[in-house]
Amino acid sequence: MNNKNKTSRMRKAEARNGLLFILPWIIGLALFTIYPIASSLYYSFCNYSVIGKPTFVGWSNYTNLFKDKTFLASCKNTLYMICIGVPITTFVAVWISIFLDSKKLKHTGWMRVVFFIPTLVPTVVACLLWIWVMQPDTGLVNTILGYFGIQGPGWLSSVKWAKPAFILMMIWTCGNQIIIYLAGLQDVPATLYDAAAIDGAGFFRTANSITIPLLRPTILYNVVTLIIGVFQWFAEPYIMTEGGPSNATMFYSLYLYQNAFQFFKMGYASAQAWIMLLVAMAIILVLFKVFKFNQPEDQ
Amino acid sequence: MNKMNGYKVKTFLGKFCIYLILLLFALAFLLPFFFLFTGSFKTSSELFSKPFHWLPRHWTLNNYRQVFTKIPFFRYLKNTMIIVVVNIIGALISNSLIAYGFSRLRWPGRDKVFMIVIATMILPYQVTLIPLYLMYSKMGWVGTFLPLTVPGFFGNAFYIFLMRQFMIGIPKELSEAARIDGANEFGIFSSVIIPISKPALASVAIMSFMRAWNDFLGPLVFLGNDRLYTLSLAASMLRSNLNPNWELLLALGAVMVIPVLILFFVLQKYFIQGITMGGVKG
Repeated sequence: MNNKNKTSRMRKAEARNGLLFILPWIIGLALFTIYPIASSLYYSFCNYSVIGKPTFVGWSNYTNLFKDKTFLASCKNTLYMICIGVPITTFVAVWISIFLDSKKLKHTGWMRVVFFIPTLVPTVVACLLWIWVMQPDTGLVNTILGYFGIQGPGWLSSVKWAKPAFILMMIWTCGNQIIIYLAGLQDVPATLYDAAAIDGAGFFRTANSITIPLLRPTILYNVVTLIIGVFQWFAEPYIMTEGGPSNATMFYSLYLYQNAFQFFKMGYASAQAWIMLLVAMAIILVLFKVFKFNQPEDQ
Repeated sequence: MNKMNGYKVKTFLGKFCIYLILLLFALAFLLPFFFLFTGSFKTSSELFSKPFHWLPRHWTLNNYRQVFTKIPFFRYLKNTMIIVVVNIIGALISNSLIAYGFSRLRWPGRDKVFMIVIATMILPYQVTLIPLYLMYSKMGWVGTFLPLTVPGFFGNAFYIFLMRQFMIGIPKELSEAARIDGANEFGIFSSVIIPISKPALASVAIMSFMRAWNDFLGPLVFLGNDRLYTLSLAASMLRSNLNPNWELLLALGAVMVIPVLILFFVLQKYFIQGITMGGVKG
C-alpha cells in the first residue's frame, strides 16, 4: 500500500516536472502562435488600416480578393511554381542524388559539397547574385548560351522568362533536399540492388522500379517542404523583380506583404493569409493521401 | 555519408556518362560563386563592360575597401551578431529544456501534445506575422531587436523535434543512476543529459545561427530604424537604391558568404546531421 502511494506520488512529480520543462513552449505557443492565429482570423473579417480600430465587414475581404486582378495573378504564379517548378526541382534533386549514390563512382565527395553550398548563401546575397547571373547582356547564363549561338532572353525583365529564371534559382538551392535524399537512399537495402542485378535490370530500370518507389516517404517530405516554401516565397521576388514585369513574378507572399506593410490593409492581408493556410493544408493532405495510396503493399 | 550502398554501375560508358552529367551540374552550381568572387575584384566599368570577362583584367581591392568605408559595415555586423548570438543562446536553453520534457519525462497526453509541436512546423509564418506586428507595435517593440530575439527563448518546433529525437535515444539507466545518487530532475537534465546531447546542441546552434544570419523578412518588417539594420537588410536597401553601387554589393555579398562557408567546412558534420535528422525520421 505504502509502495503504491509512493509510485503514484512519483508519477505526479514526474508529470509536474514534465509540464515545468515544456513551460517555455506552452507560453510561446499561446503568445506567438495561438493568439496571433485567432486574431488574424478575426482581422480577416475586418477593415483595419493600423490607424484606428478594426471594423467588422463580414466576408467582404474574401469576396474582394477574388475580384482583385493582382491577387488572382499571384495565385496563378504560385500555382505555376507548384505545378512546374516543384516537380522539375524534385526531378533534378532525386536524380542527382541517385547518381551521387551509385557505387563504384569515385570522387563524388566534393560534388556533394558543391551541391550543398548554395543553400548556405544568405537569401539576399543569392538574389543579388542571380540578378547578375540572369543579366540579359553580360549575365552568365546568356554568355554561356551565346557560346552555343543562342540569343538568351532578358530573363527577369521578360514576362515569359521571369518565372523560369526563378525555377533555375530554385534548382540551385536544392542542396538541402539532396542531402535528405542521400540519407533516404542509405535505407534502401543492398540486397534489393543485388537481386535486381541478378535479374539483369539496368541502372535506370533499377532506379525506376526499386530506388524511387522506396524513396517515396522522403520525396513526400521534400515536396511538402518545397510547396510550403513556394507559398512563403518572398525575399526573391521582392528583391529581384518586385513582382514585375506586369505581375509575372507577383507571388502569393509578396502580394500579402505589400497589402499588409505597404498599403496597410491588415484585414485584407489577413484574409490572404487564411486562404493560404487552408489551401496549403489541403494540398498537403491530398499529397499524403496520394503517396500513401500508391505505396507498395509489401512494406 | 561515406557509406555507399547504392546500385553498382557496371560498364565504363555508363560510369562515364553519369560522371559527366554530375560534373556539368556541379560546375553549373559553382558558377554563381565564381562570379561572386571574381566580380568582387572587378572595377565598376569592367563589371558592366560587354562582352563578359570571366576573370578581372585589373584586379582591384577597392570594392572591399568601399564596403568597410562607404557604409557603416561594422554597425550592421554588430547588429547582426547581437541578433545571432541572442538567438543561439535562446535556442540552446529553451529547446533543450522543452525537448527534455517531451522525451525524458512521462506525463499523461505527452505524445498527443507533441503532435501539436509537429503541426506548428507546417504553419506558414504569414498567418501570425500581421497580428504579431500589431502586437509588437502596441508594446513599442517595433524598431528594436526584441521581436527578433525574444521569441527565440520560447522554443522552435523543428529544434524541439531534433533534440527530442536525440534525447529519446539516451538509455534510461543513466537517469536512474543519477536519481539514485539523489540528483533532482534539473540536476539530471543539466549534468547527465546535456553533456551527452552536445552533438544535437551543436546542430541546433548552427541552424539558429544560419536562420538569424540569413533572415530578411523579420528585420524588414520589425526594424524600421536604419541604425538597427542587419547585413542582409542593409544589402537589400543598397540594392533598391535608384543607382545601386554594384561593385560594393558584390564585395559585401562575398564578405557575407565567406564566414558561413568557413563555418560549414569546419563543422560540416553538424550541418548535415541537423538536416537529415528532420528529414529521414520525420
